[in-house]
Amino acid sequence: MATQRAHKAARLMISPSVILLLAWMIIPLGTTIYFSFLRYNILTPPASWTGFENYYYFLTDPAFIPALVNTLVLVLGVLAITTIGGILLALLLNMEFWGQGIVRILVISPFFVMPTVSALVWKNMFMNPVNGLFAHLFRAFGLQPVDFLSTLPLLSITIMVAWAWLPFATLILLTALQSLDSEQMEAAEMDGAGWLSRFIYLTLPHLTRSITVVVLIQTIFLLAVFAEIYVTTAGGPGYASTNIPFLIYNLSLKQFDAGMGAAGGVIAVIIANIVAFFLMRAVGKNLEL
Amino acid sequence: MGQITLENVAKSFGEVEVIPPLDLTIEDGEFVVFVGPSGCGKSTLLRLIAGLEDVSGGKIVIDGSDATQASPAKRGLAMVFQSYALYPHMSVRKNIAFPMKMAGIDEAEQKRRIDSAAKALNLTDYLDRRPGQLSGGQRQRVAIGRAIVREPAAFLFDEPLSNLDAALRVGMRLEISELHNRLKTTMIYVTHDQVEAMTMADKIVVLQAGRIEQVGSPLELYRNPRNVFVAGFIGSPKMNLFTGAAAVEYGAETIGVRPEHVSVSADSGKWKGRIGVSEHLGSDSFFYVEDTGLADAVTVRADGEVAFRHGDEIWLTPAEDKIHRFDKNGDRM
Repeated sequence: MATQRAHKAARLMISPSVILLLAWMIIPLGTTIYFSFLRYNILTPPASWTGFENYYYFLTDPAFIPALVNTLVLVLGVLAITTIGGILLALLLNMEFWGQGIVRILVISPFFVMPTVSALVWKNMFMNPVNGLFAHLFRAFGLQPVDFLSTLPLLSITIMVAWAWLPFATLILLTALQSLDSEQMEAAEMDGAGWLSRFIYLTLPHLTRSITVVVLIQTIFLLAVFAEIYVTTAGGPGYASTNIPFLIYNLSLKQFDAGMGAAGGVIAVIIANIVAFFLMRAVGKNLEL
Repeated sequence: MGQITLENVAKSFGEVEVIPPLDLTIEDGEFVVFVGPSGCGKSTLLRLIAGLEDVSGGKIVIDGSDATQASPAKRGLAMVFQSYALYPHMSVRKNIAFPMKMAGIDEAEQKRRIDSAAKALNLTDYLDRRPGQLSGGQRQRVAIGRAIVREPAAFLFDEPLSNLDAALRVGMRLEISELHNRLKTTMIYVTHDQVEAMTMADKIVVLQAGRIEQVGSPLELYRNPRNVFVAGFIGSPKMNLFTGAAAVEYGAETIGVRPEHVSVSADSGKWKGRIGVSEHLGSDSFFYVEDTGLADAVTVRADGEVAFRHGDEIWLTPAEDKIHRFDKNGDRM
């Protein structure tokens, strides 16, 4: 790929896919931005131009600030649980033990369960205050069962989402651990470093890049958590477990206000970019992009 | 101090016995080289001494105290690995400081030792770089620096030069020898390269399949190899080993004669052959002589001025007093 001709040919060859992908992204985004400036209730067409009114009403909606806080709490909570838990699980799985292969598959399997199913399983089989496993456990110890979804809705959803994403973090971090040079570990052992020192000075620095990848990729998906909320708490009680995507759904599909929903979508894109910006600054330097 | 004694030390991995029980004493201040073909257990032996592997039997005594069960850090040994095993995210300074930091040595002393090690190893200008920004030879020196600052009882080198190119290898060989002359610390050095063994060692330990074939000074091994294996392994180019009629003539199963102990002539001598390949290095000439009826090719070393060429007929005469005789078991007679 060194000559001018090769460059030209390469550009020509990849152009169809680039154009397709670009259109795929630009057209919906453009439509969303266009709709966000319309007063457009699906039940009462036609639509009419309103300027920034949709944005104003979305940002001053009483649910907006709680939803924003909930979104951040959910993202950060799940990130904390999955990265720390992922590191610990990866360290465990990296050791040699009997039945390693089966255990690894078991650990990874939650990732293959679709969000709606896992949320239903959690809701009905674990967190149900009458028949759930946790309720039985609490009663076995003589305690009052907790109604997770109505008293601790955001924490419950955080746990469900973290459960689904823990395998992803574990998998990425495990592969990173496996590439850690064993001679370095032995050298550190000879240098007098104990288990904890070796973890802090060798393992963690070796993992930073993978942790960055885990955090960035997960953030993208965690900003858009929807199914778990829809199936379990429906955003309640009150706004206690409403996040931005769920708020947008509420406004656009429950109140049939396509214009407001579109404005919310644009704001969600902006928030995602702000979060991404800070994340990249905080951890992106490890990626050497 | 750095006297290391191995008593009946053995190692097996599961059913496979890698090192049958062996005894070995390494005196304080000695430069000992473990040499042998790959897979002979020399690295395993070094790792047993370092404490990176558990022995399956026997005792390791360091400076008079039993260290068999001691952790690697407690043995007071420093190791230089084949891959250098530098910590990639730390600067050279931090790499060298790491063992001192782990030992809790105070900052001022750390700095003093880093500076003196860096000066001795020509690393002063590179202290703030990362290992990834250094060349192979520099990385090697950082690894050595990290070992020096611990002021260990003994240094362990695990094939430290095998990742370097030929020219650098010769240079580093000299540096390590100089380091030993200066520090007078015990060094144990593992290599598969008999040239490194011959040039650096006070004492060579030749290993094959986990067994010690012979222990001795380089010249002792060169002059009096105890068996066919040592005879063939030590010396470059390799000793010529003949079986059959030529050996029977000397009353032996196998005889060996080194390339430098054969004289050549164009018209008379003991064995007649034809030159297959000739290599003229200026200082020496090497001839690979075919059709002698002794072996596929007999290697001969002659003066650089001797002018034979491919296809020439040549007569060979071994120096009778330099012929090594070995019996049926391959042992020296």
